[in-house]
Amino acid sequence: MPGNPWFSWSYVVNNAPLIWQRTLEHAGLTIEAVLISAAIAIPLGALVSRSRWLAGPVLGTAAVMYTVPSLALFAILAPLLGIGRTPVLVGLVVYALLIILRNTVAGLSTVDPAVTDAARGLGYGPGRLLVQVAMPSALPSIIAGLRLATVSTVALVTVGVVVGYGGLGQLMFQGFRNNFYRAEIMTATLATILLALVLDLALWAVGRALTPWLRRRTA
Amino acid sequence: MSAPTGVVQQAIVWLNDPLTWTEPGGILELAGEHLVMTAIAVVIAAAVAIPTGAWLGHSGRGAGTVVWLTNASRALPTLGIILLLAAGGLFGNTATVIAAAFFAVPVLLVNTYEGVRGADPDAKDAARGMGMSDGRILLQVELPLATTLVSAGLRVTIVQVVATIPLAALAGGGGLGQIIALGMGTQRYGEVLAGGVVVAGLCLLIDAVLAVGQRLATPAPLRLRAG
Repeated sequence: MPGNPWFSWSYVVNNAPLIWQRTLEHAGLTIEAVLISAAIAIPLGALVSRSRWLAGPVLGTAAVMYTVPSLALFAILAPLLGIGRTPVLVGLVVYALLIILRNTVAGLSTVDPAVTDAARGLGYGPGRLLVQVAMPSALPSIIAGLRLATVSTVALVTVGVVVGYGGLGQLMFQGFRNNFYRAEIMTATLATILLALVLDLALWAVGRALTPWLRRRTA
Repeated sequence: MSAPTGVVQQAIVWLNDPLTWTEPGGILELAGEHLVMTAIAVVIAAAVAIPTGAWLGHSGRGAGTVVWLTNASRALPTLGIILLLAAGGLFGNTATVIAAAFFAVPVLLVNTYEGVRGADPDAKDAARGMGMSDGRILLQVELPLATTLVSAGLRVTIVQVVATIPLAALAGGGGLGQIIALGMGTQRYGEVLAGGVVVAGLCLLIDAVLAVGQRLATPAPLRLRAG
């Protein structure tokens, strides 16, 4: 092998199946983590924004969890949950949770009181008010939170390599152990960034499709 | 793999041994190394980010770049950067300090930028009316008004760097991450758990100390308005 190049197309071609497999693992883990986080954080956000006394403790606890470094969290979870995918998934859910929660609460707090009043005047109950009025108004902020959570989760998955499951992080680490094989580390790093961009773009498109009224307003 | 209770017990026994803390390469020495690496990374990041952010905020230029920088920095896998630097010949601690500084610049830059940019326009006008030069306005009016945001940015940055340094251990570097990496390597999961707890504890401790520091760093008049 001539030297140790930073970029090597032949590495990518020769190892395409492995790179693809790791990318799929990476994407799968990210999507699963964000979906679980969203399923917990969005209802919790709705609950928190309805009762002020809950907001302090819930958001405070989430912020403290967020301060704990990913490597430390994985290290705490791995011996308890077993080495592999589960501790990484649980850790990722914890991090994504705070971002989505904060944006849900922020989005719900900006709902126009006049609109809420109008809906109440039309005879909307609290449940219908939340689902049909408050949630759509908060949607742009929630989607912004989902995008942020997704992009940072993609970057975080790589750290999971310490407890044996890191998607593309496994390629980075393998390249490092393989006598600093630069092309492998570089390819995995770029693939991680690319995956973040692709998922972000997909969510942006979903958000755009879900909020047609925003486009009409600006057009 | 041993049962969870066994692991927890191992971790407690390990943490309760005074030698674990005081021996050469023990927790205290590693924590010291961890904090020195953090300090170097933060100083480098601040030296780059604060003047740049202040200047951009003062001139009002580069808003697009700043937003782009923040978004892009979230997608960067720090581990990848550390390993790339290692593969380029910068090993362990040096690579990690550089990667952590890289990671810290956007947060600090954005906060400084927003702080300087958001300084009360009336105050700026008054300063200009009194004949202050651009540089003096920046140093004596805008930056003091921005301290709240700059110190908030510094707090986030420092905590983030403390949280990033453990990754050094994966590239053969020092700091508290070594406990975790060593425990994983030797399959002593009690030590992995204990290392995780120590690193997490240090982060929470630093964050608490900085919360007090942030309050002290905020000029009294701004503090009154916020509180």
